[in-house]
Amino acid sequence: MTVIGWIQILLYCAVIVALAKPLGWYMTRVFSGERTFLSPVLRPVESAIYWIGGVDERREQHWLTYTVAMLLFHVGGFLIIYGVMRLQGVLPFNPAGQSAVAEDLSFNTAISFLTNTNWQNYGGESTVSYLVQMLGLTHQNFLSAATGIALAIALIRGFSRASARTVGNFWVDVTRCTLYVLLPLCIVYTLVLVWQGIPQTLGPYVEATTLEGAKQTIAVGPVASQVAIKMLGTNGGGFFNANAAHPFENPTALSNFIQMISIFALGAALTNVFGRMVGNQRQGWAILAVMGVLFIAGVAVTYWAEASGSNVLNALGLTGGNMEGKEVRFGIVASSLFAVITTAASCGAVNAMHDSFTALGGMIPLINMQLGEIIVGGVGAGLYGMLLFVVLAIFVAGLMVGRTPEYVGKKIEAREVKMAMLAILVLPLMYLGWTAVAVVLPQAVASMANAGPHGFTEVLYAYTSATANNGSAFGGLTGNTFFYNLTLASSMFVGRFFMIIPAMAIAGSLAEKKSIPPSAGTLPTTGGLFVGLVVGVILIIGGLTFFPALALGPIVEHLAMTAGTVF
Amino acid sequence: MLKEIRPAIFVLLALTLITGLLYPLAMTVVAGAVFPAQAEGSLITRNGQVIGSALIGQEFKDDKYFHGRPSATTAADPNDSTKTVPAPYNAANSSGSNLGPTSKALADRVKEDVDKLKAENPAQAVPVDLVTTSASGLDPDISPEAALFQVPRVAKARSLPEDRVRALVAKATDGRLIGLLGEPRVNVLALNLALDAATATK
Repeated sequence: MTVIGWIQILLYCAVIVALAKPLGWYMTRVFSGERTFLSPVLRPVESAIYWIGGVDERREQHWLTYTVAMLLFHVGGFLIIYGVMRLQGVLPFNPAGQSAVAEDLSFNTAISFLTNTNWQNYGGESTVSYLVQMLGLTHQNFLSAATGIALAIALIRGFSRASARTVGNFWVDVTRCTLYVLLPLCIVYTLVLVWQGIPQTLGPYVEATTLEGAKQTIAVGPVASQVAIKMLGTNGGGFFNANAAHPFENPTALSNFIQMISIFALGAALTNVFGRMVGNQRQGWAILAVMGVLFIAGVAVTYWAEASGSNVLNALGLTGGNMEGKEVRFGIVASSLFAVITTAASCGAVNAMHDSFTALGGMIPLINMQLGEIIVGGVGAGLYGMLLFVVLAIFVAGLMVGRTPEYVGKKIEAREVKMAMLAILVLPLMYLGWTAVAVVLPQAVASMANAGPHGFTEVLYAYTSATANNGSAFGGLTGNTFFYNLTLASSMFVGRFFMIIPAMAIAGSLAEKKSIPPSAGTLPTTGGLFVGLVVGVILIIGGLTFFPALALGPIVEHLAMTAGTVF
Repeated sequence: MLKEIRPAIFVLLALTLITGLLYPLAMTVVAGAVFPAQAEGSLITRNGQVIGSALIGQEFKDDKYFHGRPSATTAADPNDSTKTVPAPYNAANSSGSNLGPTSKALADRVKEDVDKLKAENPAQAVPVDLVTTSASGLDPDISPEAALFQVPRVAKARSLPEDRVRALVAKATDGRLIGLLGEPRVNVLALNLALDAATATK
């Protein structure tokens, strides 16, 4: 570890904290339906969308209607992605002549992009056409992100409203999020990325003759426009197979820094939106502090592990840390930082190959996802995931002092706690369950690229990533088989919707409650005690659930590595 | 609930058209006008022929060129399309090795490369990036140490004084952005082009 490395990390944190307030202010205005400086341009477009959709923007929805609308929106989204992938061979914008994608792979990919996971069992440049990248994938990058943010806003309304029957209008929230937040940011961002060297062209792959006279086919495409939303919307699905490690997806140290910022920007700002909407910004800062504590701890471990390198390679006289699967322009620190950010959020873009990380360096991304990606988290998803843990922590605190727990003026009762537990428990059921199935099936075991405990970690990582809707991978695992395409799709589906529906039920039930003023017996939820309590609950629940699986994978591998054992 | 079906179709279609077609196509037009070179892939031409991209690494095996990092990219086996064969710096199929820290295959490969490099230049410690594969398999850069390590071999193959080659390396070395972000690095293709130019005007 170096001083300049830590300065880069702290600079990153400072920028995220500085952006939270202005972005939070802007987003609060957008979702309150107020005018913004973009209204003169965007308002006519917005009205036109409501007109053709038959949406009355002043009519709000009950939480159940809101959820049904969201689910119907996803059915249509699924059909578009699946259809475009199956038909790409006969559709335009296909200069590389890609043929139809297989049924199971198309199914997996459609679920993957719909759920904001962007797990990729295909290699972008070798499998799909430009049309699929744009119409199939870029569009869903926008809409799955907008959906996540809309749901978080609905949950916040549940906390902030009193004696209300409605939580907002899904169509309005999703449209306004797309038009006023995501699209303007992406337009500027795309141009910055092209300036840094990311291609944006519809031309065919380039045939080059190298200095030594060999032929090199260089894949290009409309890359920048997709990378912008892939990062900002915490989607993470790469245009190319190597994702943000590919020099065309992340060419410079500056593009890398901006991409890391864009992963956290909106998620961190949503904590400020929460504070503003419940009437006290300090409530938002307290949540961001919980996230910050867990984040810095993760960065420290991964950076230390990667800078120390692998004992096996160090024994050959190498120094300078673990550079296998990393790019020179990013080095150890920017690769470690990126890995922790992308798994703390539900992004899943990678600028280094996590499969080649040291055992402990790769364990932190795994833990980040297993905790439910609540450290900033996916846009929207991170906030509602964190609020579920807050409900639980408040409940535990209430038990300790023997009072009815309350949070931002709302009593937390049996219904909320049950729903929060349902959402928190269904996740380990999926990843531990499917991992257990996969490691006893010979055809699933055959997909592992590494032997020994590392192979087990590859499988555990895959199901964790899918269930947590992350999408990063220990990429050695051959995921494009019938078994993995289907089981990973089921993990992504359950991980997304069995979290969303309980969260929405909580939103509806909270909105109906009266708001009670804080009294002498109310636990203050803006101070250090509260932050410590939530961090503790997260680590205890996470630790108890996952420690056995981690012991079989990365922990035993770390012990083997320090002993110099190879498999 | 049935009332939600109409917006589920039409709001979706409208937003899909905007974000899935209008946005990427408009950005393609604007980017092509404002940053034409980058939008096309930062291509480098010599004597009217495309010789590669400034951002994409290419394979160098000849002693007279600086070599890039090992690359783990593959291509479909021409004899059996269900299998793949190694194809370093295949820019149509980026990928890393994905070998973990306790992989015997990785340890063996690195040991072999370390031994080879030690024989080539016993005076210097082997730089780690010269024996590890990059994440994309297309890393255009090596560390300044990795470039300096190769100076004796390149100078000998080109019959140039080592100091001359070392000066070219120094010139091709990029520092951290504002002294802070990223890592010092040398673009291998740019260095080799400079080397060719220097040799031609010797």
